[in-house]
Amino acid sequence: MVRRSGTDLAAAVAPPPPDAAPPPTARRTRIKNAREDRIFYALDYALLTFAFVIVIYPLIYIISSSFSDAQEVLTGRVWLLPIKPNLDGYEAVFKYRDVWLGYGNSIFYTVFGTLYNVAMTMVVAYPLARKDFIGRSPIMFLFTFTMFFHGGLIPTYLLIKSLGMIDTRAVLIIPWAIGVWNVIITRTYLQSTIPGELYEAARVDGASNTRMFWHIVLPLSGPIIAVITLFYAVNHWNTYFNALIYIRNDNLRPLQLILREILIQNSMNILDDMMADMSAEQLEQMTRREFLVALLQYSLIVVATVPVLVMYPFVQKHFVKGVMIGSIKG
Amino acid sequence: MGQRRTETSSTLPATTTPRRVQWSKVVVNWELYLFVLVPLIWLLLFMYVPMVGNVIAFKKFVPIKGMLGSDWVGFDHFVRFMNSFNFKNVMWNTFYINAYQLVAGFPVPIVLALALHYCPALGYKKTVQMVTYAPHFISTVVMVGIILKVLQVRIGLVSVALAKLGIPEPPFLGSPDWFAHVYVWTGIWQNMGWGTIIFLAALAGVDIELHEAARVDGATIWQRVWHIDLPGIMPTVIILLILQSGQMLNVGFEKIFLMQNPLNIRGSEVVETYVYKIGLASATPNFSYAAAINLFRNVIAFFLLVGVNRFSRRVSETSLW
Repeated sequence: MVRRSGTDLAAAVAPPPPDAAPPPTARRTRIKNAREDRIFYALDYALLTFAFVIVIYPLIYIISSSFSDAQEVLTGRVWLLPIKPNLDGYEAVFKYRDVWLGYGNSIFYTVFGTLYNVAMTMVVAYPLARKDFIGRSPIMFLFTFTMFFHGGLIPTYLLIKSLGMIDTRAVLIIPWAIGVWNVIITRTYLQSTIPGELYEAARVDGASNTRMFWHIVLPLSGPIIAVITLFYAVNHWNTYFNALIYIRNDNLRPLQLILREILIQNSMNILDDMMADMSAEQLEQMTRREFLVALLQYSLIVVATVPVLVMYPFVQKHFVKGVMIGSIKG
Repeated sequence: MGQRRTETSSTLPATTTPRRVQWSKVVVNWELYLFVLVPLIWLLLFMYVPMVGNVIAFKKFVPIKGMLGSDWVGFDHFVRFMNSFNFKNVMWNTFYINAYQLVAGFPVPIVLALALHYCPALGYKKTVQMVTYAPHFISTVVMVGIILKVLQVRIGLVSVALAKLGIPEPPFLGSPDWFAHVYVWTGIWQNMGWGTIIFLAALAGVDIELHEAARVDGATIWQRVWHIDLPGIMPTVIILLILQSGQMLNVGFEKIFLMQNPLNIRGSEVVETYVYKIGLASATPNFSYAAAINLFRNVIAFFLLVGVNRFSRRVSETSLW
């Protein structure tokens, strides 16, 4: 069975005959090991299941509550599936003008902001990825330095105020042109996908650097453009703080600011409107309104998160890729 | 994509690269400087001008007089902050919430990544990944909205569950002592899945031959995790630790601000929320004082990063720069 060749080495490397029983001690360790490995896998599954349940349960609870009867929610009877399913909360959301105003504004900020972000990032990442670009290190340093030290809230506010950008749509777009992290991953990606010889070859063929950008870099950048587009878009959609500082005009508020008013501050315009002309006999009516507000909050959480979560399964791999590229060289 | 073929197919071997002085390269690549021009102007205007704008921390800034015209006051604002009633509280909260987050939050994604990495059922692994990544994309406002709902006094999901178990309900959002717990653990809930990605990448890069050899030598999975995987991902771990210490004192201001209420304010006021209140939200904004407080924190955080980086370079030979 075992072919004996001349050297000891070959004998050592050759597999032992399958029918030969292992020495008793080795066998005992193997059994012990098998048991320990089984414990490992059992714990592994337990841990994953725990993580899975603990993450998905609150999400299911929110969704179920949004479809349930308000009274059932507020008395704590909803715990997994909707009780007395209805669409009252969603109806209230759809009638709430501010929500749609915010939706429209957020779409505006996200679309134009992201276009501007991606354009600026590509335009700066391309030269920084070129090894023959003199000055790339100092420029890169200028960018990375801002990751670790930044001007701060007050000086930035004063600058933007002196530029006269307060209460304009531009204030949520222009000052936030580039995320340094995205420049880093784009540059890393370009460096690893487009070899320097390709630029050289194009130059020999008489292509200008601009032409190379349009005809080499952009066509090869599809995946990284997808990644940074998603990063920027999610960021635009989800952020509220800049709007809180720089936007006073109610008509320019993004969705997140309106969500803050409804979910966190509980200051509901519709409620005020309704309570203004309320008589004593309408007291019961008001309690119902309050229930409705609570229900609206659940529905609103769902409505506001849907755009991001709906596209998420389709683009998940792009996000993951983005993080991976970033990890190549931190 | 189609254009790429036509571009590259007609190339000649580029052997005749002219080697001259560097200035010729600058001239040849003049367009590249135009490319970076606009982003560079943006960078200087919106990132570096505010950095210089921090001089108002050393001035008594009066809007009418402007940044240059206002009078110098030296370190008065810093001294005032250090002597102020809020100094200890604000600095402690900032430090405590960060340290708590680092200690409690850092190991969780590593453990989860190991569990995912060793999960033999591929479909299950994918499902768990999909679900645990998702909360990362919930906005801060909605996240805090969910927290307020789930932890709502008496009628929230957690409160009802605790009542059923007969456990008295702690004041999750209504006490300074509970604030950090709620902040940190909800943060872990939201980001533990997303945090695994980078460790999964690192685990995939661990040399498979080491595992083969260990298996032949009769090592258990536990031993392989401990002696092969963990040392293998250590460089990634250290880099991330350094980066996170660089973010030290730079707490998730957006979330904290939304979770604050008068009942928990002594446990939730951090440097940035304090700066916002003094500098922007106040009826009589004190720009200089607020800028000084922020600068104070930024400088500490920066030197902390430099220090941790240097320490790490000496101890583990891994560092950011």
